[in-house]
Amino acid sequence: MTAADIHRTIDAVWRIESARLIAGLTRIVRDVGVAEDLAQDALVAALEKWPEAGVPDNPGAWLMATAKNRAIDTLRKNALHERKHEEIGRDVETVEPDPVTALDDDIGDDLLRLVFIACHPVLSTEARVALTLRLLGGLTTDEIARAFLVPEPTIAQRIVRAKRTLTEARAPFEVPRGKEFVARLSSVLQVIYLIFNEGYAATAGDDWMRPQLCDEALRLGRILAELVPSEPEVHGLVALMEIQASRIGARVNASGEPILLLDQDRGRWDHVLISRGLAALARGEKLGGTPGSYALQAAIAACHARAHAAEETDWRRIASLYEMLADLTPSPVIELNRAVAVGMAFGPAAGLALVDELRAEPSLASYHLLPSVRGDLLFKLQRFAEAREEFERAATLTRNARERALLLERSAACGRAS
Amino acid sequence: MRFMVLVKANKDSEAGVLPDEKILTAMGKFNEELVKAGVMLAGEGLHASSKGARVRFSGGKKTVIDGPFAETKELVAGFWLWQVKSKEEAIEWLKRAPFEDTEIEIRQVFEMEDFGANLTPELREQEERTRAQAAARK
Repeated sequence: MTAADIHRTIDAVWRIESARLIAGLTRIVRDVGVAEDLAQDALVAALEKWPEAGVPDNPGAWLMATAKNRAIDTLRKNALHERKHEEIGRDVETVEPDPVTALDDDIGDDLLRLVFIACHPVLSTEARVALTLRLLGGLTTDEIARAFLVPEPTIAQRIVRAKRTLTEARAPFEVPRGKEFVARLSSVLQVIYLIFNEGYAATAGDDWMRPQLCDEALRLGRILAELVPSEPEVHGLVALMEIQASRIGARVNASGEPILLLDQDRGRWDHVLISRGLAALARGEKLGGTPGSYALQAAIAACHARAHAAEETDWRRIASLYEMLADLTPSPVIELNRAVAVGMAFGPAAGLALVDELRAEPSLASYHLLPSVRGDLLFKLQRFAEAREEFERAATLTRNARERALLLERSAACGRAS
Repeated sequence: MRFMVLVKANKDSEAGVLPDEKILTAMGKFNEELVKAGVMLAGEGLHASSKGARVRFSGGKKTVIDGPFAETKELVAGFWLWQVKSKEEAIEWLKRAPFEDTEIEIRQVFEMEDFGANLTPELREQEERTRAQAAARK
C-alpha cells in the first residue's frame, strides 16, 4: 500500500467511524467540541502511525482506544480543576459510573444525542447544517465549504463558533422528551431536508461536492430512520428524498435546461431509489397516525413515481393529498398546487375556480406561476384572449429567461388559436 | 457512488444447503450495520444454479441450457448494492463482513453520467426505454 492508498483508507475509516467515535466521546467528556478534538487527535495519530505500521485489523477499535485514552487523560486533567471535578464527578456517578465501558454501550443512543445536539435550537440554521455535516457526515470543512460555495475559513469559523455556543449554553447531551422531542425532531428533519435541497438545486457547472449533498442528506435520513424507527415523519422525509433523488438524472436536458416533471423521461428515473422511497412511505404509514407534512409530500411524489406514463397519474389522489397538506400547513403556494391537481383531476373549470380565489392573495401578487397556471386553465377552456393576457403577465414576472420564452410562446399560441 | 458486492457460490450453496444459524446470525448483524449506516441500498441471496438457466447466443441461434453449472467458484450466489463515498469505503465495509475462505468481488456500478459523451442521445434513449420497460414489469 502506498502512502496515498493509506490516506484514502483512513478517510474511509473516518467516514464510517467518526460519528460514533465523537458520540461516544461526548458522553464521557460532556462537551461535543472537546470530543471532536479528541477524535481528530486520534485521526492525526492514525495518519502518523498507519503509513509505517500498516492499517490495523480493526481500525475502528484502534481509533476508539486511542481516543479513549486521550479522553481519560482529559478527564484527569480536568479533575484537577476543582469546579470541573465536582461537575464531572457528579455526571460520572449519576449518569455513567464507568466512562470507559460506557463508550461501548448504546452507541445508537449516543448517535441520536449527537444528532440532537448538532441541531440544537441555540444554534443558527446555518450552524446546525455545518455541524451536522461535520459531526454526523464526517465531512471536512473544505468539503462543506465547496458544497455551499463559501470560503473555507467561513465554515471553519462557523463550526468553531457553534461548538463554543453549545459549551456556553451548557447544551445537555441528551435526547429530549415529550413535547420538546417533537419540536426538536422536526428541526432535525428540517436541517436534513435543507441539506438535500441545497444539493438538489446544484447545477451542472457546480463543484461535484454540491450534488453530493443529496447523497449526504439521504444517508443522514436513512441513519435517522434506524435511530428513531417509530417516528412516521422520519420515514416520510426519507421517502420524499428518495423519490425526489430518483429524478435527478431526468430533470435537465442535454443542454442543461430543466425538464418539467410531466415531460421527464421516466425511464431515466432511478428505480432503486423509487422502490426504496415507496417502501419508506409504507413503513411510515404502517405506524399509523395522521400523516405529517413530509409524509404527505412524499405521498404526492409517490403518485408520480407509481405512474409509468404521465397520463397514468392519479390526479384525484394528488388533489386530495394537497387538500390534506393545505389543512396541515396552510399556504397559498400549496393551494395553487392543489388547483393544478384539481384541474387535472376534475377538469379546467374546477381548477380555475380555485385559482380565482387566490387572485386576491397578496403574497402571490408577483408570483409568476399564478398567472401561468391561470393562463393554462383558461387556454384549456378555450378562453384564448384571457389566457393570452395571463401568459404575458407571467412572462413579465418570471426571472428565468427560458421560462419567459416559453410563456411568450404560449401567449403567441393563444393569438393563433383565437 | 454505488458498488455491487458479488458473493460467490460454494459447494453448500450449490447443493441448496442453507447456511447454519451461526453464519445467518453473523450475516444478519452485518446487514443490520449496513442499514444503520445508510450504506445498504439492496441485497439478495440467489438459489442454487440448478434452479437457473442460461441462454447462449451464437450467430442467430439461441440455445437454452438448464442449470446446474459446473464452475462453482465462478457462480454468483448473492449480491449487495451499496451507496458509499469511495471505493475504499466499500472495501472497509467489506472487510467487516463475516466471511471465511472465500473471495468477494466489488464492482462499481455505472451511473448515467459515467457514460459521458460515448452514449449518443439515441443510444441513451434506447437504454432508458429498456429500463422503463423493465421497471414497468416489476
